[in-house]
Amino acid sequence: MELSAELAGGEGRAATADVAEYALWLGDDALILSQQLGVWIARAPELEEDVAIANIALDLLGHARSFLRYAGAYDDRTEDDLAYWREEPEFRCAWLFQQPNGDFAQTMARQLAASVYLFELYTALQNSSDETLAAIAAKAVKEVEYHRDHAVQWTLRLAGGTDESRRRMIRAVGDVWPYVGELFRDEPLIDRLEDVAVRPSTLQPAFDAVIAAVFAEAQLELPSAPMSSAGGRHGSHFSTLGYLLAEMQVLARQHPGVTW
Amino acid sequence: MTTSGASPRESWPLWEVFVRAGRGLSHVHAGSLHAPDADFALRNARDVYTRRSEGTSIWVVPADAITTSDPDSRGAFFESPAGKNYRHATYYTASEGVPHL
Repeated sequence: MELSAELAGGEGRAATADVAEYALWLGDDALILSQQLGVWIARAPELEEDVAIANIALDLLGHARSFLRYAGAYDDRTEDDLAYWREEPEFRCAWLFQQPNGDFAQTMARQLAASVYLFELYTALQNSSDETLAAIAAKAVKEVEYHRDHAVQWTLRLAGGTDESRRRMIRAVGDVWPYVGELFRDEPLIDRLEDVAVRPSTLQPAFDAVIAAVFAEAQLELPSAPMSSAGGRHGSHFSTLGYLLAEMQVLARQHPGVTW
Repeated sequence: MTTSGASPRESWPLWEVFVRAGRGLSHVHAGSLHAPDADFALRNARDVYTRRSEGTSIWVVPADAITTSDPDSRGAFFESPAGKNYRHATYYTASEGVPHL
C-alpha cells in the first residue's frame, strides 16, 4: 500500500486560499510538536517511554502530513515542499508547540496542554463543512485522546511523585502556561472561515474544565503568569524555532529530491 | 555518577503482558516490560504489543507475582506421557447418536 494512502483526507484540494492557510496552521502545529518529541527517542527515562513518545510523535506526523498535503494541494506544493522548503517566517505554528523540550516534566506539561487542546479542536473540527478537514480530524481525534491520557498520567505521577519530580512539574507548568493563551485567540482568518474552521475561543471552556480537573487531582495550581504576546499564526516565532527547523530541514536541503 | 536503572530503587518493576487476539481466544503471553505501576504497564503494553490491532484485551501481571516451574528440574516435572497410553482416552468408542462427543 502506498504510504500516502494511509493518510486521512484523500485527494481533496482546498476550496480557497483561506482554507489552505487554516490547514497550514494545523499542520504546522502537529509537525513541529512531532519534531520536538522525536528528539526524545533514545533519551526518554525508560525504553518503554521511548516507545510511547515515538508513537505519539508518529501519530502527530501523520496528522501533519494530512493537513500539509491538503494545504499544499491548493497551490501545487507537496507536503515535503511545505515541511522542508519554507523559511521560518512562513511557518504558522503556535508558540506552545515550539517550546523547547526542557526536562521530561516540561515536555509532559507541554504535551498536556497540547493534547487537551488538540482533542477539543479535533472533536469540534469533525463537524466542519470542509469534508477533508472533517475526515482528518475524525482520524486524529482517536489518537489524540490517547496522547491526552498519556500526558495526564504523567502529570499525576510527576506531581504526586518525589519532592524533586513535583518541584519540576510545578516549574514546567509555570514555564509552559504563558503560551497556552495563543491557542484560543480568534485571528481574522477565523472570521472568514465560518463553518469551516473551529473558532479558537469556543474551545477554551472545555480546555479549562479538563485542565482544572487534572490539576485538582494532581494538586497543582493554575499558573497566574500573564499570556505571552506569541504571534506564531503571523510568522513571528519563539527564538528556538530556527534551530529546530535547521535540524529538520538540513537533509532535504543538502540533497534536494532525496528519497530513502 | 551511577548508571540509570543500575540500582533497584531507580528501575521500574517488571511486568508480564498477556494479549487476547480476539473474542473466544485465551490471553497469550506476549512479552514483558518495565512500568512504574499497573496503569502505566497497561499503556506501555498497548504501545509495545498491540499497536497494529493485534489485541482486544490486555492483562498485565507483576512478574514477581508469577510462580514458575524450576527450569533445572525440567526432566521430572515435564516427564513425557509417552508409553502411558492408558492416560489417553483413545480406547473408547463413541456411542451411536452422540455425534459431537
